[in-house]
Amino acid sequence: MSKGNTKHKLDVNKWVDAYSDYLFNYTIARINDRNVAQDIVQDTFLAGLKSMKNFKGEASERTWLISILKRKIIDHYRKINSKKGKAEVRMNYNSDTESQGDWLEERVSDNLEINAEAIIINEELGKAILECLSKLPEKQAQVFKMKTIQGFETEAICNELNISASNLWVIIHRARTALSGCLEKNWF
Amino acid sequence: MSKLFLNCDEANKICDKSQYNEASFFDKIKLTLHLIYCKACRLYSRNNAKLTDCINKSKVNCLEESRKNEMKISLKKELVKNQK
Repeated sequence: MSKGNTKHKLDVNKWVDAYSDYLFNYTIARINDRNVAQDIVQDTFLAGLKSMKNFKGEASERTWLISILKRKIIDHYRKINSKKGKAEVRMNYNSDTESQGDWLEERVSDNLEINAEAIIINEELGKAILECLSKLPEKQAQVFKMKTIQGFETEAICNELNISASNLWVIIHRARTALSGCLEKNWF
Repeated sequence: MSKLFLNCDEANKICDKSQYNEASFFDKIKLTLHLIYCKACRLYSRNNAKLTDCINKSKVNCLEESRKNEMKISLKKELVKNQK
């Protein structure tokens, strides 16, 4: 490829390990469907591969991939809204005697915990956590993710990775210490 | 009964376990006892709880390993195609 003297380079073989979780989190915050989000992440990688020649090396790999991902997400929404009638909003008045004439939306109780600000903060927090996770040694990050985020049983992880339980707890301990130190600096 | 008093390593291990609800009741008692007189572990314990809280709140998500492997394979295939 013609990227000669540029600073940033693309290394396709590392993409999945390095960025898939980051991209996936970005997607899942916008598209609330695991399967669709996974497909979109995969599409993004493939699209990135195809347009590697266009990568000028001005931005980092991840920024570049995110920009592709954004297009993919927009495309997804365009596709599901393109069928006629789907984009049209249908509203019905309720016909129950008591709340006759109320909009459906008005009957939903306010959820105080879910407001835009909290969602944004939590998304930022998620980013910070992933950022810190990517700084951990690979093994620690892997064990920590399996245990904490995916919620596997201790035994299952031990079998899968062929480590002993006490070994696992030592890894978890190191990961937690490093993570809280990292978050301390970047978040709290 | 010497095991009623933990050293800091053991205390931290129980603290980690309790973040995943895997510490036994007796373990928790021993941990609480240790925390009464150990300032360093109190700090660790507090940070640890904060970390758990953060992770739950942020709802970080991960891809399954199997799915990642699938992606790697399909990427490799494409890569080979591209090079031809």
